[in-house]
Amino acid sequence: MTLWEIDIYPREGQPNLVGEDVAVESMDLGFCAQMTVTAGRGFLIQGRLNASQVEQIAQELLADAVVESTIVAEVGHERLAMPPHNCGQPVHVLPKPGMMDPVAESTMTAIADFEMDVDVVRTLRKYWIDGLDPPQLDLLCKRILANDAIEQVVIGPLDFDRLQLGTPYDFQLIRVPLDELADEDLLRLSQQQQLYLSLVEMQTIQEHYRQLGRDPTDAELETIAQTWSEHCSHKTLAGRIAYRDEKSSLRFENMLKETIFSATQEIRRRLGPNDWCVSVFEDNAGIVRFDDDHHVVFKVETHNHPSALEPYGGANTGIGGVIRDTLGTGLAAKPVCNTDVFCFAPPNTPSAHLPHGVLHPRRVMKGVVAGVRDYGNRMGIPTVNGAIYFDPRYLGNPLVYCGNVGLLPKDKSHKKPHVGDWIVVVGGRTGRDGIHGATFSSTELNSDSESVSGGAVQIGNAITEKMVVDVLLEARSRGLFNAITDCGAGGFSSAVGEMGADVGAEVWLERAPLKYEGLSYTEIWISEAQERMVLSVPPENWDEFVTLCQSEGVEATKLGRFVETGRLRLKYNDVQVADLSMEFLHHGRPPIVRDAVYNPPPTQQLEFPKSIDFQQTLYKILGSLNVASKHWVIRQYDHEVQGGSVIKPLVGVASDGPSDAAVVRPVLSSRRGLIVACGMNPYYGNLDTYHMAASAIDEAVRNCVAVGADPKQIAILDNFCWGNTERPETLGSLVRAAVACRDIALELETPFISGKDSLNNEFTYADAQGVRQTISIPPTLLISALGQIANVATCVTMDLKKAGNVLFQVGLTRDELGGSHFALVESLTGGNVPQVNAARAKKIFAALHQAIQSGLVRACHDLSEGGLALAAAEMAFAGGHGARIDLRKVPSERNIADDHKRRSCLLFSESNSRFLCEVARHNTADFELCFSGLPCAPIGETMDDEFFEIVDSASQMGSDPTVLIRADLASLKQAWQKPLNW
Amino acid sequence: MASTRVLILRAPGTNCDHETAYAFARAGARTELVHVNRILENPCLLTNFQVLCLPGGFSYGDDIAAGRILACQIRHHLADAVHDFREAGKLVLGICNGFQVLMKSGLLLDENPDSGPAATLTWNDSGKFEDRWVHLSVDGNQCVFLDQIRVIHLPVAHAEGKFVSRDADTLGSLDQSGQLVLRYSDTAGSWQGQIDFPLNPNGSMSNVAGVCDKTGHVLGMMPHPERFIDPMHHPRWTRRKNADVGDGLRLFQNAVDFFR
Repeated sequence: MTLWEIDIYPREGQPNLVGEDVAVESMDLGFCAQMTVTAGRGFLIQGRLNASQVEQIAQELLADAVVESTIVAEVGHERLAMPPHNCGQPVHVLPKPGMMDPVAESTMTAIADFEMDVDVVRTLRKYWIDGLDPPQLDLLCKRILANDAIEQVVIGPLDFDRLQLGTPYDFQLIRVPLDELADEDLLRLSQQQQLYLSLVEMQTIQEHYRQLGRDPTDAELETIAQTWSEHCSHKTLAGRIAYRDEKSSLRFENMLKETIFSATQEIRRRLGPNDWCVSVFEDNAGIVRFDDDHHVVFKVETHNHPSALEPYGGANTGIGGVIRDTLGTGLAAKPVCNTDVFCFAPPNTPSAHLPHGVLHPRRVMKGVVAGVRDYGNRMGIPTVNGAIYFDPRYLGNPLVYCGNVGLLPKDKSHKKPHVGDWIVVVGGRTGRDGIHGATFSSTELNSDSESVSGGAVQIGNAITEKMVVDVLLEARSRGLFNAITDCGAGGFSSAVGEMGADVGAEVWLERAPLKYEGLSYTEIWISEAQERMVLSVPPENWDEFVTLCQSEGVEATKLGRFVETGRLRLKYNDVQVADLSMEFLHHGRPPIVRDAVYNPPPTQQLEFPKSIDFQQTLYKILGSLNVASKHWVIRQYDHEVQGGSVIKPLVGVASDGPSDAAVVRPVLSSRRGLIVACGMNPYYGNLDTYHMAASAIDEAVRNCVAVGADPKQIAILDNFCWGNTERPETLGSLVRAAVACRDIALELETPFISGKDSLNNEFTYADAQGVRQTISIPPTLLISALGQIANVATCVTMDLKKAGNVLFQVGLTRDELGGSHFALVESLTGGNVPQVNAARAKKIFAALHQAIQSGLVRACHDLSEGGLALAAAEMAFAGGHGARIDLRKVPSERNIADDHKRRSCLLFSESNSRFLCEVARHNTADFELCFSGLPCAPIGETMDDEFFEIVDSASQMGSDPTVLIRADLASLKQAWQKPLNW
Repeated sequence: MASTRVLILRAPGTNCDHETAYAFARAGARTELVHVNRILENPCLLTNFQVLCLPGGFSYGDDIAAGRILACQIRHHLADAVHDFREAGKLVLGICNGFQVLMKSGLLLDENPDSGPAATLTWNDSGKFEDRWVHLSVDGNQCVFLDQIRVIHLPVAHAEGKFVSRDADTLGSLDQSGQLVLRYSDTAGSWQGQIDFPLNPNGSMSNVAGVCDKTGHVLGMMPHPERFIDPMHHPRWTRRKNADVGDGLRLFQNAVDFFR
């Protein structure tokens, strides 16, 4: 048995892309100016192979002879320690033992095809670094080359001659004595075992087992902790809350049910026979009607804490997880597009300001984008929509929202496991990865999280999941299973526990296919290893089902059976290791009453500076991180795979303008389209979370309507990411947002169909003086919208189309600069937060839809961050046509006397429910007719030149208008593209 | 008239199979999606078809290198079957990952036993995956699939699409024999000199976007013709007069018509 190493480098004259990237990155992070890096990739192969066999593998399989050269030797051989091009010392980066290594797995399979005998393969990256002293090298390894959470670093020659495999497991049934424990011991146990249960919950469990007259097994305790975790049960928001604010006191038995969910129920009641919701807040995703044959499903999840520790793996498994939500909805929906929204600290944060345990936000962003890219692209699911927000408060706790839309045949919308069905696991094998993800995501992060919770960090394997999708969609078509759900947080425990909640289940844990030996029964039960689905397969279909899976190389295993016992019974080689009543598991959690208070901060007037150069302000907003072009991200995503792309995320004459929403045709033979958009305004939350939530809904809906969606059929999702809701003020700000969701959804008749919350998004660390500091994220509500359009030929894009057309502002501009980008770039505080007049918004959306359907609108863009000035500038440079706008005509509340302030508002106010539309001159009358009784006015025209101009003729009637902004399109576009043009 | 029979080859990680099948079907073909395991079990299956298409995706995750593992499988087990398929005057099309597989399996360009493959597709100069539309020009009239196409606008979406030949002589002789059929070009359709990013999206030598074999019956190309079947696939369809179908359909039509 020999351990071989194969190192592969770019040939002389070929680019050293990875090495150069490391050098650039270390310069950008500002800790080393001069260094050279040569990077290679390598493979460790352990098996009964001779040198010529390994050479054959290297030449025929692993390296590309045209552009690469190889070094092959036994580990420890001096040839491997000689620098390939220049001097320097070698740094090896390897996945930690047990970490997912998809390339190694594929390599094993491929070598088997050479008919050679190999036990194990591991990949590595090898860097030759010159010009650093040891402390600098150490820093480089930590900051750039490797991530401690998943990888190990070896500086110098590799110091081992064998790759570790698992060690056999000695079964031992573990019971956890509870009866004698005092309160503080219960709490300690909860922390130490990473159960993260409260004292009352621990006491309830203690009492339950006292009545049973025995101690729980570790598997039972883990199952209860997972089922009762915030992540799985949403006990805070779906719990009792006593809320009061400046106006009233409210008491909720189930807060979510009585706000967001109740709005949907009321809308469905009003729609009666025209109700287009199918399944809401029930399944893994919400389901609504689409066409005569299909429904569509939509879900957005968050994967924040794993992404903080390992951005690539966290985002990777985040997108992988939400795709499994779609696949686990109804009897398996087909994933058709992704949406991804991120919140980071500014990427230019100085490295010196980072608390211990925090990855640099630039590295977080690059890792997250790469994680989503690699998983989404490999799955062949177009990533069509997204957004990125920056705020220093996301430093230790970035947010990663991953969403997926699926297509479901109408007759496959409902599922139910039958008594006697096999419990079947399909897909990836179970390993020690991802233990305690559900409970980990329910607690706050701190600077030790990496060492304590390393097991909660994983890497995904997209191709395993793609293979699962392929066979399960075929199995669905053949009707081979009765129910399906994803194996997400909580692993088998959650999947089987939920699926069998109304029946009962018996599980044989030793049957689970394992990645390596050594897992205990409890580890098998709670492992959150990726790419697994759990199905309920009738015995008579088993043979056909397993044959189908095998025919495409997908593993399917009978793990247990649904039995009518009302109990969850786990066995390991015939020994019972858990026996829980479903009743206690799902309904035994003690209700918690939480206090929630909200005191809106006193309204402060925005302090206007004496003079503002509006043109400079516009440039500053264009170059602000939230607004700036995200093309560096967007182009890395395949947004056209599956062949249904209609409106892409970047549009216009040079395909580089920001589209309001994406449009896809999920059924290639049909003209019917799906529209995906989102809305989010964390800055407004600093002033009032009610109006923040209302604005986010308005924004998500108007983005859909702007490209042509029918406002009568837009479904929305809520994703609350908040700080620690144990604090009544934090919970209060969330309840207030939820109340706004109910109010606005009802008025617009736009139903919420699914949602998810992520609480405890805080980061705790000790500062330089050793004082404990906590950074809480700003209240962050993402509203995701899924619209529909009957014929995609009526879609509209935001780029100006032709000189000589008229520009209309639709909607009313108010004095609402609070939380605006104007205030942000001018460093102003206070001001009025934008509010939503939902009754008027509904009419505006309907009128605009009518205008678009009638073909009257050549271009349309919603007014959001940066207000009118920004939207108009984007339309102009995206279309390559000049524009001239006169503020005098802007529909607005005429209550601002001061010229300076009035102009600021008209240019930059972020009032909701507004659009800028380009209309051909001969259509203006018809267009205005659509908006009779609503705020709508011609405010300018498109020009046959390259200039963007905004003037004000209001105060000098008869004299020349004041020119506020006159800029050439190229400079505006450049200002917008530059900040994130990496 | 019997419709042309097209086999769309699936492997773990193939992901453009459905839309490629749809494109062939729109062109009038009868298509079948077949998993590579079925062909490995029974290579004779191929004889039932007239066109073999390897669609885009990430076969086996593109682990090791793009297309490499599927290419090895074809080399080890299907070389004879595919050889016979070509000898019978049938057509082979590889799009994106399919092109990568064709290149690495030696089905597209002749291999010299001493010096190895003539060319490869490797990492984009940008070092990352990118999705964008490119202008393409057809060089010569050797390739069945590109008949009557002079210029065409299509999207690319890949990380490893940079065409690199073993050396300048090899590149010259491929050019001489008219195999470098598809080139990234500027907006005017010219591909003289080395074209800059983003018009040449990956840094390909001689701006090569697609190559065919000596017979013109086997084509590999990085751009995705199946993503321009509908006029509304075009990134600027809201700015222009649109035809009834997308320009990419021509390519599939040519393959179908070849057997009529």
